[in-house]
This record gives sequence, C-alpha cells and structure tokens, in this order.
Amino acid sequence: MPTDAGPSAPPQTADDRPSPGLRLRTSLAAAGMLPVLVALCIAFSIANGRFASLQNAIVILQQASVNLVLACGMTFVILTAGIDLSVGSILAAAAMAGLIVSLDPNLAMLAIPAALAVGAGLGLLNGAMIAGLHLPPFIVTLGGLTAIRGIARLMGEDRSVFNSDLPYAVVGNGHIFGIPWLVVIALGVVLASWFILRRTVFGLYVYAIGGNPEAARLAGIKVGLMLVIVYGISGLLAGLGGVMASARLYAANGQQLGLMYELDAVAAVILGGASLLGGAGSVWGTVVGALIIAVLTNGLILVGVSDVWQFITKGLIIIGAVTLDRFRSSR
Amino acid sequence: MTRSPLVEMQDISLSFGGIHAVRGVSVDLYPGEVVGVLGHNGAGKSCLMKILAGALHKDEGTIRVDGEEAKIANPRDARSYNIETIYQTLALADNLNAAANLFLGRELRTPFGTLRRAEMEEETRKIMNRLNPNFRKFSAPVAHLSGGQRQSVAIARAVYFNARVLIMDEPTAALGVEETRMVGELIEELKSRGIGIFLIDHDVHQVMRLCDRASVMKNGKLVGTVRTADVTEDDLLEMIILGKSPAKGSAGARVGATVEGIA
Repeated sequence: MPTDAGPSAPPQTADDRPSPGLRLRTSLAAAGMLPVLVALCIAFSIANGRFASLQNAIVILQQASVNLVLACGMTFVILTAGIDLSVGSILAAAAMAGLIVSLDPNLAMLAIPAALAVGAGLGLLNGAMIAGLHLPPFIVTLGGLTAIRGIARLMGEDRSVFNSDLPYAVVGNGHIFGIPWLVVIALGVVLASWFILRRTVFGLYVYAIGGNPEAARLAGIKVGLMLVIVYGISGLLAGLGGVMASARLYAANGQQLGLMYELDAVAAVILGGASLLGGAGSVWGTVVGALIIAVLTNGLILVGVSDVWQFITKGLIIIGAVTLDRFRSSR
Repeated sequence: MTRSPLVEMQDISLSFGGIHAVRGVSVDLYPGEVVGVLGHNGAGKSCLMKILAGALHKDEGTIRVDGEEAKIANPRDARSYNIETIYQTLALADNLNAAANLFLGRELRTPFGTLRRAEMEEETRKIMNRLNPNFRKFSAPVAHLSGGQRQSVAIARAVYFNARVLIMDEPTAALGVEETRMVGELIEELKSRGIGIFLIDHDVHQVMRLCDRASVMKNGKLVGTVRTADVTEDDLLEMIILGKSPAKGSAGARVGATVEGIA
C-alpha cells in the first residue's frame, strides 16, 4: 500500500478522488520520466537510422544491465531516506574477489559466491555503522567509497587480474534465446525487487521507515535491523554487479572497475521518481531512469557526440532530476 | 470504586542525565474511565505516559496491569498488554494509506511474509465505517487527510487491536471545533466499551468535560489526583500553575480519598 509512482487502484468514491493540484502532481509522478524516455528514443531514431533496431535495443539493455542491478539496490536504500555511495567501489572489490578465487582451480566454483559474499558483507558493514552508530548514510558510504576502492586495489596488489578461462564468463557473454544473460539477470533482479517492495511485509516496512521512522519504531518495527538488511541488499546487488562486469571483461581492476557507478545508480533512482527524502519511489520508475541513462549514452555515441559532451549531458540530467525531486516534494 | 484497576503505575521515576523527568509518580486507571493527565510543558506527563507505552524505560517503580506486574520494555510489550497509544504526532507514516497505517507492525500476512492486502483494506473499511462513517479516503496516503481523519485512523488502529488501555496525547490539539467534537464523541464511545483512557491534555475545559479524574503533574512530580466532579476548573488551574492541591473546604473538599501521594 505504499503509494508510489506505479499504477494504483482507481478511486472508489467521489471523496476518494484527490484534489486537482494533487492529481496533477500524482499524474506527473505516475507518468514519471516515461515520456522523456519515449521522446529520447524518437529523437535518436530520427537522428540515426541505426538506433531503432532490435540489435541496438539489446545492446542498450546490455549496457543498462549492471547499472540496473545497482539501481535496484539503491532504490531500497533511497526509499529509507538513505543513500549508498559505495556501490561502485563494492562492485570493484567483489569483482576482484571473484577473479582471484576463480584463478584457483580448486575454488573456481566458489568465485560467484565469493563475489556476492564480499558485496553483501561490505553492505552489511555499511548498514551496521549507519544503524548501530547512528551515522548519516551519506558519511558512512562516502567513507566506504574511498576505503573500499582502496581495498579493491589492495586485493590485486594494485594490478588488473585476468582469467581467460573465467568459469562464469557465460554470465557476461552468453545468450539465452538471443537475449544476453546480463539482461536476463537484470530483469530477474528487477522482478525480485518489485515483488519484495510491493508484496511483502519487508517492502512495506522499507516504505514506512522512509515515510516516518519514528512511526515505524513506535509500531514495533526494528528500524535498525531493517536498515542493516537494506544496505546488505544494496551491497549484495553491487556484488552481483561485480560478477556481471568482470564476466564481461574476463578481468577485474581495483582502480577502474565500477568507477562513478554509484552516481549512475542514484541518478536512475531519482529519475525514476523516488524522493531523496525517502518513502516515495518504485522499481519500475528506477527501470525507466536506468533506461534513460542507457539510451542517452548509446544515442549520443551513435549521433557522434564527443565523449566530453556526453559527460556534460549526463551531469545536467542528474541536476535536472534533483530539480524535479524538489518540485515533487515541495507541496 | 470497588472494581479493580486496569493499570496501576507506582512510584515511577525517570531521569535523563541529571534531569528528573518523572519523580516517584503513582497513577491508576479503571475500566471505562478517562483520567486526564495535566501539567505544563515539561511537567513530565508525556514521559510518564511514554513509559506505559513502552517508548521510554523507567528507572524505578512498578507497573501493574490487572493487578499483575507488567514488564514493558518496548512498544511491542505494551501492545501485548492491550495498551495502545495515540501520539500527538499520531505516529502515522504519511506516505502510506489508512490500511497500511492501521496494520503497521501487525500486518495480515501469508506464511511467506507477503501482505494480505485485500483483507487488510476490507478490515480497515469495516472499522472506519463503524467509527467514522464519513471517512472515504481509503486509498490516499494519510498525508492527504485532515487532522480529524488522521486522528480517526489512529483511533481505529487502537480499537481494531482490542485496546483495553488507550493513551491519547493531546488528541484535539490540532483540530477545529467540529473535529474536536467528533473526537469527544469517539472517546465517549470507547468509554462505553469499557476501555480505560489516559488523556494527556493542556485544555482544562476539555479535561473537565471528558475526564472522570485528573492527575496533575508539575516538575516531574504528581501534585495530586482529583475527581473532576469534585473540583472546579480554577482548582485544576491552581494545581497546574501553583502545584498545590485544592484546599480542604473549597469546592474540592472531598478530594482526600482520591488524592494520591502529594510528593
């Protein structure tokens, strides 16, 4: 019953109907950025004939997949009015763990579990510091951004780790019925996140904590434990992102991998209509947000915009998204 | 009163650092009774009630429910004794609808931890129809409800879960005249069901109207507990402002039996 940007039940009586002003804001939030996504697709299709093809659509989804997985975790975090700036660094550390374990023939089967465990462990650590020490999520995960990046570099003695015989390479390069595994995994994460947030008690508590943490506490919800789990989920999905990214490359590099990915993830969630103040947002919104970023990246390249301008455009989009957030939350 | 009390709080003390928020206070509550808890800001009335609600931990004293000592360490414990609280801030999650708020922390769920959403909404409609038949905004987030509508959601939550003891913290502070009247009627309705109510309030006039007894606090101590039928509004104001219980021979002459421990 969180009232998010997703489609909701029709009003049941006349009194149930929101005021015109509210209705405008609600429909704005419900439509979200989908019209923007559609407009971008149309514009790029006109600008370059190669954009609107099935093949390019799959490429876009593949490029969006890792960010989509991170952004799903970020959706949980932002719904609780938190933020996780460490996901890019966690992705790198998890990828390093996966690669290093995969190089030992006896342990190769444990490469993916190792990466996921590193991700989840670091996420839980974030959550424990936020909930246990009552530190602001921004500070804890900003520290994590730097410290975990250092750990990722340390893990490979500051060098790239390669494995041309990577046991889980299929994750990054395999297909099933013509669809890359990367896309299938991202879709699975999206569906699982949607189910948890919309259908389970846990998901309702995530919304409740974002809406009014004191009310949640007084209702007997263990807010601290919930936060630990939420940051654990974000870490776990960053770990999965590490598996996906390293599988694609047959390699991991502590210094480069996942650099600034946290910003794309935050941008996707905010573009998707979530409020940084917590309690409002949805996974489907996040999907639209992630696709906008992927379409922009892909389209700008196809149209021939230089690398420099891609950066500038992306940055402006993030600012635009936060402006939109302000407009939504100023009532 | 020959019936046995629902709740007895005896010699309750609580301090934060060096500040004594509550000092050796004793109050009690009988079924179907409304006891006003009065005092200035910082008199300790909210702290006293938060101890009963499980939101604060007492340093000393005992709480009995139905004559038996009750261990209340958190809001869940309080609920297990059917003690429900309606906080001044209402403790509603603004972004959730009435049903989600009504069941918050006690959702109807399947064995797999998923929500039985339709049933929760159906139950919410039933109870709201009983308590506030004009209530219609079932699907809107409670942020979009009026003060009185929010109050009725909070009261419905307590009633639905069979509250026997209800703590209301200034339930009408933010309401207009008509909505205040509506909440007054709700309180009468709850009384008639045998629910005992602690009503924290600043408004002496309202306390005289709604409460059977009033316990007045000042500087963390209990000034006294009086029957509202035995005192005047001025007597209550004197207790609140001067910390003196009504002098014998005044309108409040027969308070002796109910004044408890003038600390």
